[in-house]
Amino acid sequence: MRAVAWLFVSDRITPEAVAKVAKLARLSLSDDELDQATHQLSAMLDHFADIDALDLDDVEPMTHPTPIANVMREDIEMDCLDRDEVLAAAPAAEDGRFRVPPILGLDD
Amino acid sequence: MSDSPSAAELPTSVGDIAWSVRNNITSAADVLERHLATIDEREGDIHAFNLVLADEARARAAEIDDAVTVGRDPGPLAGVPIALKDNLCTQGIPTTCSSKILDGWRPPYDATVVTRLRDAGAIVVGKTNLDEFAMGSSTENSAFGATRNPHDISRVPGGSSGGSAAAVAAGFAAASLGSDTGGSIRQPAALCGVVGVKPTYGAVSRYGLVAFASSLDQIGPFTHDVADAALVLEAISGHDQMDSTSIRQGPLHLSRQLDMGVAGLRVGRITDLPEGASPDVAARLDEAFDALRDAGAEIVDVEVPAFGYGLTAYYLIAPAEASSNLARYDGVRFGHRVEAPDTNAMYMATRTDGFGAEVKRRIMLGTYALSAGYYDAYYGRALRVRRRIAADFAAAYERADVLLTPASPTVAFHLGDKTSDPMSMYLCDTYTIPSNLTGDPALSVPFGTGDDGLPVGVQVLAPALEESRMFRTAAELERRVRK
Amino acid sequence: MNETWTFNGYEMVVGLEVHVELATRTKLFSASPNRFGDEPNTNIDPVTLGLPGALPVLNRQAVELAMRLGLALDCTVQRSTFARKNYFYPDMPKAYQISQYDEPICVDGWLDLPGSIRVGIERAHLEEDTGKSTHVGGSGGRIHGSDFSLIDFNRAGVPLVEIVSRPDIRTPDQAKAYVGELRAILVAVGASDAKMEEGSMRVDANVSVRLPGAEFGTRCEIKNVNSVRSVGRAIEYEAQRQVGMLEAGEVIRQETRHWDENDGRTHTLRSKEDADDYRYFQEPDLVVVDPDAEWIERVRAGLPMLPAARRARLAEVTGQALDAEAILVVTERGQDAYVLAVANAGGDAGRALVHVKEAFAEQGDAPIVPAADLAGLTRLEVDGKLTATQAKQVLAEFVTNGGGDAETIAAAKGFEAMDTGELESMVDDAIESQPDAWAKFCAGEGKAMGALVGAVMKASKGQADGKAVSALLEQRRAVA
Repeated sequence: MRAVAWLFVSDRITPEAVAKVAKLARLSLSDDELDQATHQLSAMLDHFADIDALDLDDVEPMTHPTPIANVMREDIEMDCLDRDEVLAAAPAAEDGRFRVPPILGLDD
Repeated sequence: MSDSPSAAELPTSVGDIAWSVRNNITSAADVLERHLATIDEREGDIHAFNLVLADEARARAAEIDDAVTVGRDPGPLAGVPIALKDNLCTQGIPTTCSSKILDGWRPPYDATVVTRLRDAGAIVVGKTNLDEFAMGSSTENSAFGATRNPHDISRVPGGSSGGSAAAVAAGFAAASLGSDTGGSIRQPAALCGVVGVKPTYGAVSRYGLVAFASSLDQIGPFTHDVADAALVLEAISGHDQMDSTSIRQGPLHLSRQLDMGVAGLRVGRITDLPEGASPDVAARLDEAFDALRDAGAEIVDVEVPAFGYGLTAYYLIAPAEASSNLARYDGVRFGHRVEAPDTNAMYMATRTDGFGAEVKRRIMLGTYALSAGYYDAYYGRALRVRRRIAADFAAAYERADVLLTPASPTVAFHLGDKTSDPMSMYLCDTYTIPSNLTGDPALSVPFGTGDDGLPVGVQVLAPALEESRMFRTAAELERRVRK
Repeated sequence: MNETWTFNGYEMVVGLEVHVELATRTKLFSASPNRFGDEPNTNIDPVTLGLPGALPVLNRQAVELAMRLGLALDCTVQRSTFARKNYFYPDMPKAYQISQYDEPICVDGWLDLPGSIRVGIERAHLEEDTGKSTHVGGSGGRIHGSDFSLIDFNRAGVPLVEIVSRPDIRTPDQAKAYVGELRAILVAVGASDAKMEEGSMRVDANVSVRLPGAEFGTRCEIKNVNSVRSVGRAIEYEAQRQVGMLEAGEVIRQETRHWDENDGRTHTLRSKEDADDYRYFQEPDLVVVDPDAEWIERVRAGLPMLPAARRARLAEVTGQALDAEAILVVTERGQDAYVLAVANAGGDAGRALVHVKEAFAEQGDAPIVPAADLAGLTRLEVDGKLTATQAKQVLAEFVTNGGGDAETIAAAKGFEAMDTGELESMVDDAIESQPDAWAKFCAGEGKAMGALVGAVMKASKGQADGKAVSALLEQRRAVA
């Protein structure tokens, strides 16, 4: 789905889209912040529309600089972290486990 | 051990310090004290550090000196005071990434580069300030306050590794490590008048580097001169089984070839380079070409047509990867947490409170670029632009052995100059970004001054794993500019 | 096995997604132990916890096992990549799961069920498991109404393979057989112990309904199916639920539903429209996995004989049908090779099969009774020297003593083949002593034979051959 390049500049991304994306990223924005973010992201995406002009039909995506393959390790145990040390650094722990508030509002 | 030598007698370069300490001419303790004294004098103005590790450093210096006394080899970087960017994990020592969300977090393990430096006998003097999570070009995005340029404290040191660059420029450390995702070593190096190197992707292990953008991040050194950079890179590079993207070869060997000169080397001038370099910077670059020509290099014109699209590709790919890499900061297992009645609310409150504005902006941009319906137009497309850029560089490297460009478009700017317009800050990375996209190595070497007497850096680029010719070229430039 | 299932004319269309924990020593991307039942959070490392700076490194043995199970399912092993599946959940340490998306390691296989139904396998791919959360407070350990939750990351990072079937399953029995057969294969190739009750094999069902020949309907995903029996019950309930909705003119929403074993129903969990956008992209911290032809062939050559082939071999040797109960049971126990050994030692495979099925339930795949000993026993039976009942008693001794010589034991027990004369006189005695039964038997009441046979057995102390006695009685009746 291509970015529609001819929309007028300030509508490159809508506040609804920004709100949706903020929610996906678990960030909450005040109304002012949402506004500002929409403007800033819009301006950026305007600039980034320059790549729409390129003909890239025959070009494969490049996810990685190095063409290495098959990096694997043997199935041998190594030392684990000390549980008490790790839990002492945790925000909340109980009974040898990490403690979190009730898991709601997330997909089960 | 002789009486405490005066500051003037103490070696300051990595090579000299290591040689001196290993041969029992200078003590590690004396070298360290000199650096700690400098920190005392100027750190208040510069704020290069999030944390100075004076006690730990003194203990380590004593160990090094003991080793020398009993005839044990303390390592190739013995007694060298080194600063580490605060996104490198140091076991038991706070590693904050200059973010509130990691304030006080102590990693239970060391980054591989940290282990290698310690094994080489280097002494960690502190963790340096950065733009939060390495996102920025001025170190103004730090949650703990900005770092200032030692050449002019009203100006930025560059970013994101501004603290590490400033630490070397100010004499707080003989060398430092930074990370470079879009230019975060090379640009601050240029602004602070020091050498900064981004190695070939995979040449230095990323294990223990807090990830910003995984396919772009690399760790590299800041030093006073090219020879020192070679020494540090040799100590930290080489395959690491803890990093799957680590290249399967041993450490780089660079030091021996530094004096080979550039006779016969083909040095490329990119004729279609994007505009944006200020006249003073452009003038220094021209002089750099002249210097190399005088030294026997052949200057060739090349084209890299897609060069300018690198900025867009980068600012879609890096935030996309970052949006995923930073999702783990959720208050569950470590770091900052804001309590809330349920987990989802906790995530929202913790992340909203813990992240700064630039980080949030990039997370949102990256999330958008990956989201359903937009992946093909943004992230997917950017990956193809990346390959096009790589192809253009590969073609250029058939006609040239190295390329020269500015490192930063301008000399150091004032604090606050670019903070109200994120896009203007992003343009600082115009010339450095492509090397991260391709994975090829690049460095910035100081080459004269520009407006207001501020340092200018020239960027030398080379194909993957050709650090050797890149260093030779930089060494030649360094010789010529110091004449 | 039911060959068809319909409800008000609709048929069910079912695909199964099975997650199996691989039997490796360490986790998929780090070297912490892959072990069930340890103290919480004792098998953790920076990678498992998703600490800043940690990086994944792929476990070669996990790849090997994924290849093994893929080849055993007749899949093609191909070049594959890893991808990040991004979503927030407390038991997901990185807030993304490393899985395979566009390019899974195995594709396009199949599984033949006993009874020759073929179920296509679309793909099998590697992914890491999540940690485990327990919910404290509230009722029944469920999330709703809990006060807080506790997370254990021991299981986080354990290697899983997700096996996705094509929607070729049409009856609850087929679904159960698929799960059973898949399990047998996984165990046979050593990929997993595949125990649903321990969570090392988890089944999700995708269920839709349609009128025969029509297009596929909207499907629902059913989760929390924790036993083979539940698989059958859950998909049957769901299919019926969907039919009910369609007949009432309602539209089926594509959603995920939770199977409740206690009330025997599925319940809405979440609808797909609300589902997270996972923003899949290729994992930049890992490189391509591209097993070469040599590795693939080595794995293929190393595969053991699979359950289907073993059943076929056993059926052929014993002359039984492929899906005969004895064939299924004995092969599942891993005792098929033993039966063949008995045959190779000169025994009768058919008799051996019966004995093994009936008496060796506790013996495991290496019965303590030497094959040669059982062979000897079956020979006596076939030669008519022992009755079935007598043989059972000898067998019981074998099991107690770990073998023995059949002839010796038979003799010690006083088992002798009864000669015909002796038998005939016993039959005549029985007829004389049971006149009422004899009269009824002659009048055509087959049941009355029981009393007569019983009398002969009593008189012979159980040594008479029941079949011979019946035959003699019928002879007598014919001339009576």
